[in-house]
Amino acid sequence: MSNVKKRLFKEKVAKVCMQLAGITITGSLFFIVGTILYKGAPYLTWEMISETPKGGFYIGKDGGILNAILGSLYLATVSTALATAIGVPISIYLNVYVKAGSFLERFSKLLFDVLFGIPSIVYGAIAFSLMVWMGIRASLLGGIITITLLTIPIVVRTIDELLKTVPVDLKNITFSLGATQWETAKMFLRYIKPGIFTAILLAFGRAIGDVAGVLLTTGFSDNLPKYIDEPSATLPLAIFFQLSSPIPEVQGRAYASALILTFIILIIVICTHLLASRQQKHKI
Amino acid sequence: MHASTSIQTAETQDLINLSTPHIQIKDLNVTIEGKRILKDINLSIPNNSITSIIGPSGCGKTTLLKTLNRLVDDTKGVEITGSVLVNGEDIYAKDAEVTHIRKKMGLLSQKPFPLPMSIFDNIAYGPRIHGERNKEVLKQIVERQLRNVGLWEEVKDRLESSASRLSIGQQQRLCLARGLAVQPEIILGDESTSALDPISTQTIENLLVELKKDYTIVLVTHILRQARRVSDHIIFVYAGEVVEFGRTEDVLLNPQNEITKQYVKGFIS
Repeated sequence: MSNVKKRLFKEKVAKVCMQLAGITITGSLFFIVGTILYKGAPYLTWEMISETPKGGFYIGKDGGILNAILGSLYLATVSTALATAIGVPISIYLNVYVKAGSFLERFSKLLFDVLFGIPSIVYGAIAFSLMVWMGIRASLLGGIITITLLTIPIVVRTIDELLKTVPVDLKNITFSLGATQWETAKMFLRYIKPGIFTAILLAFGRAIGDVAGVLLTTGFSDNLPKYIDEPSATLPLAIFFQLSSPIPEVQGRAYASALILTFIILIIVICTHLLASRQQKHKI
Repeated sequence: MHASTSIQTAETQDLINLSTPHIQIKDLNVTIEGKRILKDINLSIPNNSITSIIGPSGCGKTTLLKTLNRLVDDTKGVEITGSVLVNGEDIYAKDAEVTHIRKKMGLLSQKPFPLPMSIFDNIAYGPRIHGERNKEVLKQIVERQLRNVGLWEEVKDRLESSASRLSIGQQQRLCLARGLAVQPEIILGDESTSALDPISTQTIENLLVELKKDYTIVLVTHILRQARRVSDHIIFVYAGEVVEFGRTEDVLLNPQNEITKQYVKGFIS
Protein backbone atom coordinates (compact mmCIF):
# COMPACT_ATOMS: atom_id res chain seq x y z
CA MET A 1 0.00 0.00 0.00
CA SER A 2 1.35 3.39 -0.88
CA ASN A 3 1.83 5.97 1.81
CA VAL A 4 -1.13 8.08 0.69
CA LYS A 5 -3.42 5.06 0.60
CA LYS A 6 -2.26 4.05 4.06
CA ARG A 7 -3.02 7.47 5.43
CA LEU A 8 -6.44 7.58 3.79
CA PHE A 9 -7.18 4.13 5.22
CA LYS A 10 -6.26 5.31 8.71
CA GLU A 11 -8.45 8.34 8.19
CA LYS A 12 -11.36 6.09 7.27
CA VAL A 13 -10.85 3.74 10.23
CA ALA A 14 -10.71 6.68 12.64
CA LYS A 15 -13.86 8.15 11.17
CA VAL A 16 -15.78 4.87 11.36
CA CYS A 17 -14.70 4.37 15.01
CA MET A 18 -15.93 7.82 15.92
CA GLN A 19 -19.21 7.33 14.12
CA LEU A 20 -19.73 3.97 15.84
CA ALA A 21 -19.06 5.56 19.22
CA GLY A 22 -21.50 8.33 18.40
CA ILE A 23 -24.20 5.92 17.31
CA THR A 24 -23.70 3.75 20.40
CA ILE A 25 -24.03 6.63 22.81
CA THR A 26 -26.99 8.23 21.05
CA GLY A 27 -28.60 4.81 20.75
CA SER A 28 -28.20 4.13 24.48
CA LEU A 29 -29.69 7.50 25.31
CA PHE A 30 -32.70 6.82 23.11
CA PHE A 31 -32.99 3.34 24.60
CA ILE A 32 -33.01 4.70 28.16
CA VAL A 33 -35.44 7.50 27.44
CA GLY A 34 -37.56 5.14 25.34
CA THR A 35 -37.73 2.56 28.13
CA ILE A 36 -38.79 4.99 30.82
CA LEU A 37 -41.27 6.60 28.43
CA TYR A 38 -42.73 3.25 27.41
CA LYS A 39 -42.92 1.86 30.92
CA GLY A 40 -43.57 5.07 32.82
CA ALA A 41 -45.78 7.26 30.63
CA PRO A 42 -48.99 5.24 31.21
CA TYR A 43 -48.57 5.80 34.97
CA LEU A 44 -47.67 9.45 34.76
CA THR A 45 -50.76 11.14 36.10
CA TRP A 46 -51.38 14.57 37.54
CA GLU A 47 -51.86 12.83 40.86
CA MET A 48 -48.27 11.54 40.70
CA ILE A 49 -46.78 15.00 40.71
CA SER A 50 -49.31 16.85 42.83
CA GLU A 51 -49.86 14.57 45.81
CA THR A 52 -47.94 12.87 48.56
CA PRO A 53 -48.15 9.10 49.09
CA LYS A 54 -51.40 8.12 50.77
CA GLY A 55 -51.74 5.01 52.92
CA GLY A 56 -51.05 1.99 50.78
CA PHE A 57 -49.29 3.95 48.03
CA TYR A 58 -46.52 1.39 47.95
CA ILE A 59 -48.97 -1.43 47.34
CA GLY A 60 -50.55 0.36 44.43
CA LYS A 61 -53.09 2.65 46.06
CA ASP A 62 -53.64 6.41 45.79
CA GLY A 63 -51.07 9.15 46.07
CA GLY A 64 -48.06 10.64 44.31
CA ILE A 65 -44.45 11.51 44.80
CA LEU A 66 -44.60 15.27 45.35
CA ASN A 67 -42.70 14.68 48.60
CA ALA A 68 -39.76 13.22 46.66
CA ILE A 69 -39.89 15.82 43.87
CA LEU A 70 -39.78 18.68 46.36
CA GLY A 71 -37.23 16.93 48.56
CA SER A 72 -34.88 16.37 45.63
CA LEU A 73 -35.31 19.90 44.31
CA TYR A 74 -34.60 21.44 47.73
CA LEU A 75 -31.65 19.18 48.31
CA ALA A 76 -30.06 19.63 44.89
CA THR A 77 -30.68 23.37 44.67
CA VAL A 78 -29.34 24.22 48.12
CA SER A 79 -26.38 21.84 47.82
CA THR A 80 -25.43 23.13 44.37
CA ALA A 81 -25.70 26.73 45.56
CA LEU A 82 -23.51 25.97 48.58
CA ALA A 83 -21.00 23.97 46.53
CA THR A 84 -20.74 26.83 44.02
CA ALA A 85 -20.35 29.39 46.78
CA ILE A 86 -17.54 27.35 48.34
CA GLY A 87 -16.01 25.78 45.22
CA VAL A 88 -15.64 28.85 43.00
CA PRO A 89 -13.55 30.79 45.55
CA ILE A 90 -11.33 27.73 46.04
CA SER A 91 -10.60 27.50 42.31
CA ILE A 92 -10.07 31.23 42.05
CA TYR A 93 -7.67 31.12 44.97
CA LEU A 94 -5.69 28.25 43.47
CA ASN A 95 -5.47 29.89 40.05
CA VAL A 96 -5.07 33.58 40.78
CA TYR A 97 -3.56 33.89 44.24
CA VAL A 98 -1.37 30.81 44.53
CA LYS A 99 1.75 30.83 42.38
CA ALA A 100 1.53 28.37 39.51
CA GLY A 101 3.36 25.12 40.22
CA SER A 102 3.71 25.71 43.94
CA PHE A 103 3.35 22.87 46.41
CA LEU A 104 0.01 24.18 47.67
CA GLU A 105 -1.41 24.32 44.16
CA ARG A 106 -0.25 20.84 43.17
CA PHE A 107 -1.30 19.30 46.47
CA SER A 108 -4.75 20.88 46.42
CA LYS A 109 -5.42 19.86 42.84
CA LEU A 110 -4.39 16.29 43.59
CA LEU A 111 -6.63 16.35 46.65
CA PHE A 112 -9.63 17.51 44.65
CA ASP A 113 -8.95 14.91 41.98
CA VAL A 114 -9.12 12.23 44.65
CA LEU A 115 -12.23 13.74 46.25
CA PHE A 116 -13.80 13.89 42.79
CA GLY A 117 -13.38 10.16 42.41
CA ILE A 118 -14.58 9.02 45.82
CA PRO A 119 -17.95 7.23 45.55
CA SER A 120 -20.88 8.96 47.17
CA ILE A 121 -21.53 6.11 49.62
CA VAL A 122 -18.20 7.00 51.26
CA TYR A 123 -19.32 10.59 51.63
CA GLY A 124 -22.60 9.26 53.02
CA ALA A 125 -20.82 7.04 55.53
CA ILE A 126 -18.52 9.84 56.69
CA ALA A 127 -21.35 12.34 56.92
CA PHE A 128 -23.41 9.75 58.78
CA SER A 129 -20.76 9.18 61.41
CA LEU A 130 -20.32 12.94 61.72
CA MET A 131 -24.06 13.33 62.18
CA VAL A 132 -24.15 10.66 64.87
CA TRP A 133 -21.32 12.43 66.65
CA MET A 134 -23.06 15.80 66.37
CA GLY A 135 -26.43 14.36 67.29
CA ILE A 136 -28.15 15.18 64.01
CA ARG A 137 -30.61 12.58 62.79
CA ALA A 138 -31.21 11.65 59.18
CA SER A 139 -32.68 14.82 57.72
CA LEU A 140 -32.74 17.24 54.84
CA LEU A 141 -29.89 19.09 56.57
CA GLY A 142 -27.80 15.91 56.72
CA GLY A 143 -28.44 15.33 53.03
CA ILE A 144 -27.54 18.90 52.11
CA ILE A 145 -24.24 18.64 54.02
CA THR A 146 -23.37 15.33 52.34
CA ILE A 147 -24.33 16.38 48.83
CA THR A 148 -22.56 19.71 49.21
CA LEU A 149 -19.36 17.88 50.17
CA LEU A 150 -19.90 15.56 47.22
CA THR A 151 -20.37 18.35 44.69
CA ILE A 152 -17.64 20.77 45.85
CA PRO A 153 -14.89 18.77 44.07
CA ILE A 154 -16.99 18.79 40.89
CA VAL A 155 -17.30 22.56 40.98
CA VAL A 156 -13.64 23.05 41.91
CA ARG A 157 -12.29 20.79 39.17
CA THR A 158 -14.62 22.11 36.45
CA ILE A 159 -13.93 25.76 37.27
CA ASP A 160 -10.24 24.93 37.53
CA GLU A 161 -10.23 23.52 33.99
CA LEU A 162 -12.04 26.65 32.82
CA LEU A 163 -9.57 28.96 34.55
CA LYS A 164 -6.71 27.15 32.86
CA THR A 165 -8.12 28.35 29.53
CA VAL A 166 -7.72 31.99 30.58
CA PRO A 167 -4.68 33.39 28.77
CA VAL A 168 -1.76 34.58 30.91
CA ASP A 169 -2.12 37.91 29.11
CA LEU A 170 -5.31 38.66 31.00
CA LYS A 171 -3.50 38.50 34.33
CA ASN A 172 -0.59 40.59 33.00
CA ILE A 173 -2.98 43.21 31.69
CA THR A 174 -5.13 43.66 34.77
CA PHE A 175 -2.03 43.61 36.97
CA SER A 176 -0.28 46.19 34.81
CA LEU A 177 -3.35 48.42 35.02
CA GLY A 178 -2.85 48.33 38.77
CA ALA A 179 -5.59 45.84 39.59
CA THR A 180 -5.38 43.90 42.82
CA GLN A 181 -5.55 40.13 42.85
CA TRP A 182 -9.23 40.29 43.76
CA GLU A 183 -10.00 42.63 40.85
CA THR A 184 -8.05 40.28 38.60
CA ALA A 185 -10.04 37.35 39.95
CA LYS A 186 -13.26 39.15 39.04
CA MET A 187 -11.98 39.61 35.50
CA PHE A 188 -11.16 35.89 35.36
CA LEU A 189 -14.71 35.10 36.43
CA ARG A 190 -16.08 37.41 33.79
CA TYR A 191 -13.96 35.65 31.20
CA ILE A 192 -15.18 32.17 32.13
CA LYS A 193 -18.77 33.17 32.96
CA PRO A 194 -20.51 31.08 30.29
CA GLY A 195 -18.62 28.02 31.48
CA ILE A 196 -19.59 28.49 35.13
CA PHE A 197 -23.12 27.42 34.23
CA THR A 198 -21.73 24.13 32.95
CA ALA A 199 -20.03 23.57 36.28
CA ILE A 200 -23.27 24.32 38.10
CA LEU A 201 -25.17 22.00 35.77
CA LEU A 202 -22.75 19.14 36.39
CA ALA A 203 -22.97 19.66 40.13
CA PHE A 204 -26.76 19.84 40.04
CA GLY A 205 -26.98 16.67 37.94
CA ARG A 206 -24.81 14.78 40.39
CA ALA A 207 -26.70 16.20 43.36
CA ILE A 208 -30.20 15.38 42.17
CA GLY A 209 -29.28 11.92 40.95
CA ASP A 210 -27.35 10.70 43.96
CA VAL A 211 -28.75 7.74 45.92
CA ALA A 212 -25.98 6.40 48.10
CA GLY A 213 -25.13 9.71 49.71
CA VAL A 214 -28.70 10.44 50.75
CA LEU A 215 -29.57 6.88 51.74
CA LEU A 216 -27.84 7.14 55.11
CA THR A 217 -28.13 10.85 55.71
CA THR A 218 -31.50 12.07 54.49
CA GLY A 219 -33.73 9.14 55.29
CA PHE A 220 -37.15 9.04 53.71
CA SER A 221 -40.53 10.46 54.52
CA ASP A 222 -43.97 10.37 53.03
CA ASN A 223 -44.61 13.92 54.20
CA LEU A 224 -43.70 17.06 52.29
CA PRO A 225 -40.29 18.35 53.40
CA LYS A 226 -41.20 21.24 55.68
CA TYR A 227 -38.36 21.42 58.15
CA ILE A 228 -34.66 21.13 57.50
CA ASP A 229 -34.11 18.89 60.53
CA GLU A 230 -36.63 16.28 59.44
CA PRO A 231 -36.11 13.34 57.11
CA SER A 232 -37.04 14.00 53.52
CA ALA A 233 -37.86 11.93 50.48
CA THR A 234 -35.71 12.14 47.36
CA LEU A 235 -36.55 11.06 43.82
CA PRO A 236 -33.79 8.48 43.31
CA LEU A 237 -34.75 6.76 46.57
CA ALA A 238 -38.44 6.91 45.65
CA ILE A 239 -37.60 5.20 42.37
CA PHE A 240 -35.54 2.60 44.23
CA PHE A 241 -38.30 1.79 46.73
CA GLN A 242 -41.03 1.55 44.11
CA LEU A 243 -38.92 -0.51 41.77
CA SER A 244 -38.22 -3.04 44.56
CA SER A 245 -41.92 -3.72 44.82
CA PRO A 246 -43.34 -6.87 43.24
CA ILE A 247 -46.56 -5.07 42.27
CA PRO A 248 -46.59 -4.06 38.54
CA GLU A 249 -48.58 -0.87 39.28
CA VAL A 250 -45.89 0.33 41.70
CA GLN A 251 -43.08 -0.63 39.33
CA GLY A 252 -44.78 1.37 36.60
CA ARG A 253 -44.87 4.34 38.90
CA ALA A 254 -41.14 3.91 39.47
CA TYR A 255 -40.60 4.46 35.76
CA ALA A 256 -42.95 7.43 35.85
CA SER A 257 -40.83 8.86 38.67
CA ALA A 258 -37.70 8.29 36.56
CA LEU A 259 -39.43 10.17 33.78
CA ILE A 260 -40.08 13.09 36.11
CA LEU A 261 -36.44 13.09 37.24
CA THR A 262 -35.22 13.05 33.64
CA PHE A 263 -37.61 15.86 32.78
CA ILE A 264 -36.31 18.01 35.66
CA ILE A 265 -32.74 17.48 34.43
CA LEU A 266 -33.81 18.33 30.88
CA ILE A 267 -35.31 21.62 32.06
CA ILE A 268 -32.14 22.42 34.01
CA VAL A 269 -29.96 21.67 30.95
CA ILE A 270 -32.05 23.90 28.71
CA CYS A 271 -32.05 26.74 31.25
CA THR A 272 -28.27 26.44 31.65
CA HIS A 273 -27.69 26.63 27.91
CA LEU A 274 -29.95 29.65 27.59
CA LEU A 275 -28.22 31.43 30.45
CA ALA A 276 -24.77 30.53 29.15
CA SER A 277 -25.46 31.74 25.61
CA ARG A 278 -26.75 35.06 26.94
CA GLN A 279 -23.44 35.54 28.72
CA GLN A 280 -21.32 35.29 25.62
CA LYS A 281 -21.80 38.86 24.51
CA HIS A 282 -18.25 40.05 25.02
CA LYS A 283 -16.46 36.75 24.66
CA ILE A 284 -13.00 37.11 23.17
CA MET B 1 33.75 38.18 29.03
CA HIS B 2 31.72 39.39 31.91
CA ALA B 3 34.25 41.97 33.14
CA SER B 4 34.84 43.40 29.71
CA THR B 5 31.13 43.80 28.97
CA SER B 6 30.45 45.76 32.11
CA ILE B 7 33.30 48.13 31.27
CA GLN B 8 31.85 48.43 27.82
CA THR B 9 28.46 49.35 29.26
CA ALA B 10 29.92 51.89 31.60
CA GLU B 11 31.78 53.56 28.76
CA THR B 12 28.83 53.80 26.46
CA GLN B 13 26.57 55.00 29.23
CA ASP B 14 28.77 58.05 29.65
CA LEU B 15 27.90 59.04 26.14
CA ILE B 16 24.23 59.36 26.97
CA ASN B 17 23.02 62.46 28.67
CA LEU B 18 21.39 61.14 31.79
CA SER B 19 20.38 64.28 33.57
CA THR B 20 17.29 62.62 35.02
CA PRO B 21 17.20 58.87 34.60
CA HIS B 22 13.64 57.72 35.00
CA ILE B 23 14.48 54.12 35.66
CA GLN B 24 17.71 52.98 37.26
CA ILE B 25 18.60 49.34 37.48
CA LYS B 26 21.32 48.42 39.96
CA ASP B 27 23.03 45.03 40.22
CA LEU B 28 19.90 43.24 39.11
CA ASN B 29 20.06 39.47 39.04
CA VAL B 30 17.12 37.26 38.16
CA THR B 31 17.18 33.52 38.64
CA ILE B 32 14.30 31.33 37.54
CA GLU B 33 14.29 27.79 38.88
CA GLY B 34 18.02 27.87 39.48
CA LYS B 35 18.86 29.27 36.06
CA ARG B 36 20.34 32.74 35.91
CA ILE B 37 18.28 34.65 33.40
CA LEU B 38 19.66 38.13 34.04
CA LYS B 39 23.19 38.79 35.28
CA ASP B 40 24.39 41.92 37.05
CA ILE B 41 22.29 44.38 35.10
CA ASN B 42 23.18 48.03 35.62
CA LEU B 43 21.29 50.51 33.50
CA SER B 44 19.85 54.00 33.54
CA ILE B 45 16.92 54.48 31.26
CA PRO B 46 16.42 58.12 30.31
CA ASN B 47 13.23 60.18 30.41
CA ASN B 48 11.05 61.08 27.48
CA SER B 49 12.68 58.82 24.99
CA ILE B 50 12.23 55.41 23.50
CA THR B 51 14.68 52.75 24.64
CA SER B 52 14.62 49.45 22.79
CA ILE B 53 15.82 46.21 24.25
CA ILE B 54 17.15 43.98 21.49
CA GLY B 55 18.80 40.61 21.47
CA PRO B 56 18.39 37.04 20.30
CA SER B 57 15.42 34.92 21.42
CA GLY B 58 15.74 33.65 24.95
CA CYS B 59 18.40 36.19 25.91
CA GLY B 60 16.27 37.58 28.74
CA LYS B 61 14.95 40.74 27.14
CA THR B 62 11.30 40.07 28.04
CA THR B 63 12.31 39.11 31.58
CA LEU B 64 14.22 42.39 31.82
CA LEU B 65 11.09 44.27 30.74
CA LYS B 66 8.95 42.34 33.21
CA THR B 67 11.24 43.17 36.11
CA LEU B 68 10.41 46.82 35.51
CA ASN B 69 6.78 46.43 36.54
CA ARG B 70 7.32 43.38 38.73
CA LEU B 71 5.26 41.10 36.53
CA VAL B 72 8.22 38.76 36.85
CA ASP B 73 7.17 38.20 40.49
CA ASP B 74 4.47 35.90 39.25
CA THR B 75 6.88 33.47 37.61
CA LYS B 76 7.36 30.09 39.21
CA GLY B 77 10.61 29.74 41.13
CA VAL B 78 11.85 33.26 40.58
CA GLU B 79 14.52 34.95 42.72
CA ILE B 80 15.39 38.59 42.30
CA THR B 81 18.27 40.51 43.83
CA GLY B 82 19.39 44.06 43.27
CA SER B 83 17.15 47.05 42.80
CA VAL B 84 15.11 48.91 40.24
CA LEU B 85 14.62 52.57 41.02
CA VAL B 86 11.74 54.43 39.43
CA ASN B 87 12.00 58.16 40.16
CA GLY B 88 14.55 57.18 42.77
CA GLU B 89 12.22 54.78 44.59
CA ASP B 90 13.17 51.13 44.79
CA ILE B 91 10.25 49.09 43.46
CA TYR B 92 11.75 45.96 45.03
CA ALA B 93 11.92 47.51 48.49
CA LYS B 94 10.16 45.49 51.19
CA ASP B 95 7.43 48.09 51.71
CA ALA B 96 6.89 48.80 48.00
CA GLU B 97 3.25 48.47 46.97
CA VAL B 98 2.97 46.36 43.82
CA THR B 99 -0.36 47.59 42.43
CA HIS B 100 0.78 51.18 42.76
CA ILE B 101 4.06 50.43 40.97
CA ARG B 102 2.31 48.66 38.14
CA LYS B 103 -0.17 51.46 37.68
CA LYS B 104 2.75 53.73 36.82
CA MET B 105 3.64 51.53 33.88
CA GLY B 106 1.36 50.82 30.98
CA LEU B 107 2.02 47.48 29.35
CA LEU B 108 1.43 46.82 25.68
CA SER B 109 1.67 43.09 25.23
CA GLN B 110 2.66 40.99 22.26
CA LYS B 111 -0.83 40.21 21.08
CA PRO B 112 -3.62 42.72 21.54
CA PHE B 113 -5.81 41.42 24.31
CA PRO B 114 -9.02 43.33 24.87
CA LEU B 115 -10.75 42.57 28.14
CA PRO B 116 -14.02 40.66 27.66
CA MET B 117 -16.15 43.81 27.78
CA SER B 118 -17.27 46.69 25.57
CA ILE B 119 -14.90 49.21 23.98
CA PHE B 120 -15.99 51.83 26.51
CA ASP B 121 -15.55 49.52 29.50
CA ASN B 122 -12.10 48.44 28.31
CA ILE B 123 -10.83 52.00 28.60
CA ALA B 124 -12.88 52.78 31.71
CA TYR B 125 -11.71 49.63 33.50
CA GLY B 126 -8.47 51.10 34.81
CA PRO B 127 -9.91 54.41 36.03
CA ARG B 128 -12.84 52.51 37.59
CA ILE B 129 -10.65 50.19 39.67
CA HIS B 130 -8.74 53.23 40.83
CA GLY B 131 -11.94 54.74 42.15
CA GLU B 132 -13.37 56.90 39.38
CA ARG B 133 -17.16 56.49 39.52
CA ASN B 134 -18.37 59.68 37.87
CA LYS B 135 -19.91 58.79 34.50
CA GLU B 136 -19.14 62.14 32.91
CA VAL B 137 -15.50 61.97 33.93
CA LEU B 138 -15.24 58.41 32.62
CA LYS B 139 -16.77 59.49 29.30
CA GLN B 140 -14.20 62.26 29.02
CA ILE B 141 -11.34 59.88 29.81
CA VAL B 142 -12.55 57.35 27.23
CA GLU B 143 -12.90 59.99 24.52
CA ARG B 144 -9.53 61.58 25.31
CA GLN B 145 -7.65 58.29 25.27
CA LEU B 146 -9.36 57.04 22.13
CA ARG B 147 -8.48 60.33 20.43
CA ASN B 148 -4.93 59.95 21.73
CA VAL B 149 -4.52 56.72 19.79
CA GLY B 150 -6.53 57.88 16.78
CA LEU B 151 -9.35 55.46 17.35
CA TRP B 152 -12.14 57.85 18.34
CA GLU B 153 -13.46 58.57 14.86
CA GLU B 154 -13.49 54.88 14.03
CA VAL B 155 -15.39 53.68 17.10
CA LYS B 156 -17.33 56.64 18.53
CA ASP B 157 -20.66 55.22 17.31
CA ARG B 158 -20.14 51.76 18.74
CA LEU B 159 -18.57 52.27 22.13
CA GLU B 160 -20.94 49.76 23.65
CA SER B 161 -20.11 46.97 21.22
CA SER B 162 -17.67 44.25 22.08
CA ALA B 163 -13.99 45.17 21.88
CA SER B 164 -13.22 41.82 20.28
CA ARG B 165 -15.08 42.90 17.14
CA LEU B 166 -12.39 45.45 16.31
CA SER B 167 -9.67 44.60 13.83
CA ILE B 168 -6.41 43.42 15.34
CA GLY B 169 -4.67 46.74 14.69
CA GLN B 170 -7.55 48.64 16.25
CA GLN B 171 -7.44 46.27 19.22
CA GLN B 172 -3.78 47.04 19.83
CA ARG B 173 -4.51 50.77 19.75
CA LEU B 174 -7.39 50.16 22.15
CA CYS B 175 -4.99 48.33 24.46
CA LEU B 176 -2.61 51.26 24.32
CA ALA B 177 -5.46 53.65 25.14
CA ARG B 178 -6.53 51.39 27.99
CA GLY B 179 -3.02 51.51 29.41
CA LEU B 180 -2.84 55.30 29.05
CA ALA B 181 -6.16 55.74 30.85
CA VAL B 182 -4.58 54.97 34.22
CA GLN B 183 -2.09 57.80 33.65
CA PRO B 184 1.15 55.87 33.70
CA GLU B 185 4.56 57.51 33.48
CA ILE B 186 6.19 54.71 31.59
CA ILE B 187 5.02 52.59 28.67
CA LEU B 188 6.43 49.09 28.36
CA GLY B 189 6.03 47.32 25.04
CA ASP B 190 6.71 43.61 24.69
CA GLU B 191 7.10 43.05 20.93
CA SER B 192 3.88 45.00 20.66
CA THR B 193 3.67 44.95 16.90
CA SER B 194 4.66 41.36 16.24
CA ALA B 195 1.06 40.28 15.63
CA LEU B 196 0.17 43.28 13.48
CA ASP B 197 0.14 43.98 9.75
CA PRO B 198 2.64 46.53 8.38
CA ILE B 199 0.16 49.43 8.33
CA SER B 200 -1.03 48.85 11.91
CA THR B 201 2.61 48.45 12.93
CA GLN B 202 3.40 51.82 11.44
CA THR B 203 0.42 53.39 13.22
CA ILE B 204 1.58 52.03 16.58
CA GLU B 205 5.19 53.08 15.93
CA ASN B 206 4.11 56.61 15.04
CA LEU B 207 1.95 56.75 18.15
CA LEU B 208 4.85 55.70 20.35
CA VAL B 209 7.13 58.30 18.81
CA GLU B 210 4.46 60.92 19.46
CA LEU B 211 3.89 59.71 23.03
CA LYS B 212 7.54 59.90 24.05
CA LYS B 213 7.23 63.60 24.76
CA ASP B 214 5.05 62.71 27.74
CA TYR B 215 6.24 59.23 28.62
CA THR B 216 9.33 57.14 29.06
CA ILE B 217 9.01 54.21 26.70
CA VAL B 218 10.81 50.90 26.89
CA LEU B 219 10.25 48.42 24.08
CA VAL B 220 11.34 44.86 23.57
CA THR B 221 11.73 44.12 19.91
CA HIS B 222 13.36 41.48 17.79
CA ILE B 223 13.10 43.59 14.66
CA LEU B 224 16.29 45.61 14.24
CA ARG B 225 14.73 47.91 11.67
CA GLN B 226 11.97 48.77 14.10
CA ALA B 227 14.50 49.53 16.82
CA ARG B 228 16.28 51.77 14.36
CA ARG B 229 13.08 53.55 13.26
CA VAL B 230 11.64 54.37 16.65
CA SER B 231 14.22 54.24 19.39
CA ASP B 232 16.59 56.82 20.77
CA HIS B 233 18.58 54.32 22.77
CA ILE B 234 19.28 50.64 22.41
CA ILE B 235 20.11 48.03 25.01
CA PHE B 236 21.63 44.91 23.51
CA VAL B 237 21.16 41.90 25.73
CA TYR B 238 22.97 38.64 25.12
CA ALA B 239 22.78 35.55 27.35
CA GLY B 240 21.32 37.52 30.24
CA GLU B 241 23.91 40.29 30.18
CA VAL B 242 23.76 43.82 28.90
CA VAL B 243 26.44 43.78 26.25
CA GLU B 244 25.98 47.24 24.88
CA PHE B 245 23.88 50.26 25.71
CA GLY B 246 23.95 53.51 23.85
CA ARG B 247 22.39 55.82 21.32
CA THR B 248 20.62 53.98 18.53
CA GLU B 249 23.01 55.11 15.81
CA ASP B 250 26.05 54.25 17.91
CA VAL B 251 24.92 50.74 18.75
CA LEU B 252 23.60 49.88 15.32
CA LEU B 253 26.12 51.63 13.09
CA ASN B 254 29.23 51.57 15.21
CA PRO B 255 28.94 48.75 17.74
CA GLN B 256 31.87 48.43 20.12
CA ASN B 257 31.44 44.82 21.10
CA GLU B 258 32.14 41.89 18.84
CA ILE B 259 28.86 40.11 19.72
CA THR B 260 26.84 43.25 19.04
CA LYS B 261 28.59 43.59 15.68
CA GLN B 262 27.64 40.06 14.77
CA TYR B 263 24.04 40.52 15.92
CA VAL B 264 23.61 43.78 14.05
CA LYS B 265 25.06 42.24 10.91
CA GLY B 266 22.61 39.35 11.27
CA PHE B 267 25.05 36.57 12.09
CA ILE B 268 23.28 35.83 15.37
CA SER B 269 19.54 35.90 15.67
